[in-house]
Amino acid sequence: MSKYYLNYLDELESEAIFILREVWAQFDNPVILFSGGKDSILVTHLAKKAFYPAKIPFPLMHVDTGHNFPETIKFRDDIIKDLGVKLIVGSVQESIDEGRVAEERGKNATRNALQITTLLDAIEFNRIDCAIGGGRRDEEKARAKERFFSHRDDFGQWDPKNQRPELWNIFNGKHFEGEHFRAFPISNWTEMDVWNYIKRENIAIPSLYFAHEREVVWRQDSWIPNSEFLVLEDHEEIVVKKVRFRTLGDITITGGIESDADTLEKIADEVSGMRQTERGNRSDDKRSESAMEDRKRQGYF
Amino acid sequence: MLDNNQLLRFTTAGSVDDGKSTLIGRLLYDSKSIFEDQLKSIENTSKKKGHDGVDLALFTDGLKDEREQGITIDVAYRYFTTPKRKFIIADTPGHIQYTRNMVTGASTANAAIILVDARHGVIEQTKRHSFIASLLQIPHIIVCINKMDLVDYSEEAYNKVINQFEEFSSKLLVHDIRFIPISALNGDNVVNRSQHMDWYQGAPLLHTLETMHISSDINKVDARFPVQTVLRPQNETHRDYRGYAGRVASGILRVGDDITVMPSGFTSKIKTIDTLEESLEEAYAPMSVSVTLEDDIDISRGDMIVRSNNKPEPLQDIEVMLCWLHNNPAKPRAKYSIRHTTNEQKAMIKEVVYKINIETLDRVTEDKELTMNDISKVKIRTTKPLMVDSYRENRTTGSIILIDDATNETVAAGMIV
Repeated sequence: MSKYYLNYLDELESEAIFILREVWAQFDNPVILFSGGKDSILVTHLAKKAFYPAKIPFPLMHVDTGHNFPETIKFRDDIIKDLGVKLIVGSVQESIDEGRVAEERGKNATRNALQITTLLDAIEFNRIDCAIGGGRRDEEKARAKERFFSHRDDFGQWDPKNQRPELWNIFNGKHFEGEHFRAFPISNWTEMDVWNYIKRENIAIPSLYFAHEREVVWRQDSWIPNSEFLVLEDHEEIVVKKVRFRTLGDITITGGIESDADTLEKIADEVSGMRQTERGNRSDDKRSESAMEDRKRQGYF
Repeated sequence: MLDNNQLLRFTTAGSVDDGKSTLIGRLLYDSKSIFEDQLKSIENTSKKKGHDGVDLALFTDGLKDEREQGITIDVAYRYFTTPKRKFIIADTPGHIQYTRNMVTGASTANAAIILVDARHGVIEQTKRHSFIASLLQIPHIIVCINKMDLVDYSEEAYNKVINQFEEFSSKLLVHDIRFIPISALNGDNVVNRSQHMDWYQGAPLLHTLETMHISSDINKVDARFPVQTVLRPQNETHRDYRGYAGRVASGILRVGDDITVMPSGFTSKIKTIDTLEESLEEAYAPMSVSVTLEDDIDISRGDMIVRSNNKPEPLQDIEVMLCWLHNNPAKPRAKYSIRHTTNEQKAMIKEVVYKINIETLDRVTEDKELTMNDISKVKIRTTKPLMVDSYRENRTTGSIILIDDATNETVAAGMIV
């Protein structure tokens, strides 16, 4: 006798596919926000399933800070080729060159906040009415309140206290000209779910997630990779460590952890024993208690 | 986790005073779902606020305003996993002015946890929460009688609450109600069995959540497949492929089934049921698949594929239990967009039959204005028929939302009677 219920990963997958198809049905010009991180890779993988045997019917969009891991860019270009979809790139460097934003100064300067302007400019320029992201509610407390279909006003801003209620599986993506939505198909997944699913589906992810030898410096409780953008303090020293990354952001702010996990199996095991949240190694979230909420209100991912 | 582990969604309704946040904090903490950096942040805040020890309630704090005011405003979702199940908590505020958030959280829940303070017994808030759980047809209700430590873990106090609860719950439509005496603060009967209540023979809360039977909560009888979009790849391997993409709302679809497309009434047979990995012999709720038919017929988003011998009713006049969700009250005889599964039509609220006094649960027929948080029975007329089942039989094909075209906001949610 066959069973007539889904296990939790199948149910999460089915939910995400449903959301992706709703986006396609309710919007004229959606894109997947693709950072090269595991969550956006997962969303892309789910989109492939949602529209099979057709190919993904919308482009991927990358907000390029210029401070990338080289591995990420190669991975991005390979996946675009494989899927046969269009890539849109919003460049933070261009935003700086055009005087739209100014580079942050100081020791921990990053281009993280600058992405907001580039992202919103790219959304406006390409007339995008829904940007699909890999945000998950378990990542951060402001994200715990995020809807699957999240409305942004014509300044791209999020108003967390005035969100549309979402009941059952009925999603309201109605919007006026100039407004857009963010859609989060993997809202209900946890970091552990993501790894278990990547392992189960054997999804290709950048080598950065696997333990490897790398030049790093110890800063803010994690191993920051050496790169052309790194400015060393007097007391800091570059060392070689076997590390891997739990999340991938800008090379300047993404801290690695020491690890020997060099297979998906070992990573899943390691994550299940982790006692720190994955964003614990992201210095962009450490700035204040509401750092994420403040950025999200302005239009961040 | 094992391959057959299921996902269980539950809501917690209650106010800060009931110990709701403490209970959630306790579940997360004792099931080791809290990370060290989260714990450190909570410890710092506890100290700043002058609390003794770690205030578990702080784990559920969300937005800046909520932290400042010490209340939950919106629905917040929390996640934890045990070796047996994955859980999603819809943490909703308990106060009457947030009825709409409770309704939202309840709409997708398999189970509701209702908190009762053992010292105060069943109060109006308890009745309101139970009513909402029953209205939204949450299949399982767990009444947690909390703060047992403050009534000396007395069996008598526990039984008194059960009697009070059963007195009014007989009027509600819930099939599975369980009672558990707990102390969220001390952890009695939450994750671990209490050392103080030998008289209680039942399972602790977590074990109850881990083992309750939920696979039969979904309607397995009435095959309903609302079409989301049509897949036409037109590539070399699939030149003539025409697949109807959707998520099975209820029942089971099998290859070879005689089907009818609603509302057109065209009939055909299911040819294939496809996913990226494989073609399936059958698909059941809540699977997302692509269905192809033997015949080339005109089908688009909003249509519903059903088994020919079991069809929903195409109705233009529906009676609905409606919860008003928006600040702007309902405009008399105004037109709204109505969404039902993937279908959208225009609709008008023709009549407010009665409103429910959410404090007393009495029906009110004098006041017919629908304002935020009001729950009422209304008659709705739609421009074209909707293919509906009653909400009691089918939570997916029995539910609707109303959208105000002037603002695009979702203004109401309804359950078809």
